[in-house]
Amino acid sequence: MLTKRIIPCLDVKDGRTVKGVNFVNLRDAGDAVELGALYAAQGADELVYLDITATIDGRSTFIELVKRVAQTINIPFTVGGGISSVADVSALLHAGADKVSINSAAVRNPDLINELALEFGSQCIVVAIDTRYIDTEHGKEHIVHTHGGRKPTKLRTIPWAKEVEDRGAGELLLTSMDTDGTKNGFALELTATISDNGNIPVIASGGAGSMSHFYDVFTTGKADAGLAASIFHFREIDIPDLKDYLSDKQLPIRLTR
Amino acid sequence: MKTVIIKYNAGNVQSVMYALDRLGAGYLYTDDVAEITSADKVIFPGVGEASTTMSYLRKTGLDKIIPELKQPVFGTCVGMQLMCRHSEENNTDCMGIFDVDVKRFPADSGMKVPHMGWNNIIDYKTPLTDNIPQSAFMYFVHSYAAPVCEYTVATCDYAFPFSAMLHRDNFYAAQFHCEISGDAGQQIIENFLNLKS
Repeated sequence: MLTKRIIPCLDVKDGRTVKGVNFVNLRDAGDAVELGALYAAQGADELVYLDITATIDGRSTFIELVKRVAQTINIPFTVGGGISSVADVSALLHAGADKVSINSAAVRNPDLINELALEFGSQCIVVAIDTRYIDTEHGKEHIVHTHGGRKPTKLRTIPWAKEVEDRGAGELLLTSMDTDGTKNGFALELTATISDNGNIPVIASGGAGSMSHFYDVFTTGKADAGLAASIFHFREIDIPDLKDYLSDKQLPIRLTR
Repeated sequence: MKTVIIKYNAGNVQSVMYALDRLGAGYLYTDDVAEITSADKVIFPGVGEASTTMSYLRKTGLDKIIPELKQPVFGTCVGMQLMCRHSEENNTDCMGIFDVDVKRFPADSGMKVPHMGWNNIIDYKTPLTDNIPQSAFMYFVHSYAAPVCEYTVATCDYAFPFSAMLHRDNFYAAQFHCEISGDAGQQIIENFLNLKS
């Protein structure tokens, strides 16, 4: 049976993992390759590495890191952060990444999704959507944000999710900026709506604070995968314990111990 | 021992090479016919679309070379599908090493397509699964699959029961990505490399 996936996310700057509450107040959580290998050994189903370095030098450092990750671990991993062209994607896939995640560039230029899907296949194109529930001229709506969730766009989240699927995205990484960093649980209703509306897997992100939050997002939230960062990095939740917990609750889970 | 990874227009095979590196196994990544036919082991990987990859194999003559190989050959993912008779993906005639037709997962099954993630395989009947725990999880990413047939040596279930692995004579194939399927996947690659040529 296809299992629900647990995905630690590693924000990377200069080869090291960082994660802050609501993307500010960064704290150091260690070496990115070693941490990834540790998660893989613990039973993480996939990894996501997000490059939060903005400089040109940082980008080539990140490609070197991707290479070392691919050489070291034997589970799939996705890379994202600042990807804006076919050439960027090609370099990352050739370094050994299994999938790439695009975010702001997809908003700026939606045709990029079609181009990437044609060139590399939908299976390796993840579109990340950062969303926030805000006041608009039509009342409160879920609106796509860019720039780490700071900048609202004109796009409404639910139709945008469908559009990126139609354009060839193979998977969605949905981050609720309303729940991110709160540890009060994932955005269940929005995740379920998007999962029901589409036919591609949805990775839910933002808000995980306890093991029951993962149970909720896989059941009520209808997510295919749950992603979290700090609760894993700071060992508030151990992945083997989390997987045992979910498996005991009868969810399909890949147990590795 | 000489292991060759067949080079063709089949997307990114970097992770296959890294998996062999982790096992300490040397390899050549080549489309040279002499190198392929003289290898002890041949790996036929694949990430891509059936008609484009198949037309490339035809253009280069590899579509005739591969079915004639006598040493152990291991096709993975799209590589496996190209070893079947036909694929529904853009109505493509394939190499016909395995007499079975590859079907698309039905859109009306209520299941998401592609089948993406970790799923368990069962009913092993191949030396490639030696030392693999029962009902082991493997990483799949695909929208098309070969139904269970006489060559099926491991089964997986998604929308319908399908061939997770195929075997006929010296030809082996896996639908999943061994190279990123954790320790169990790595064991399958190791088992293939350890087959007697």
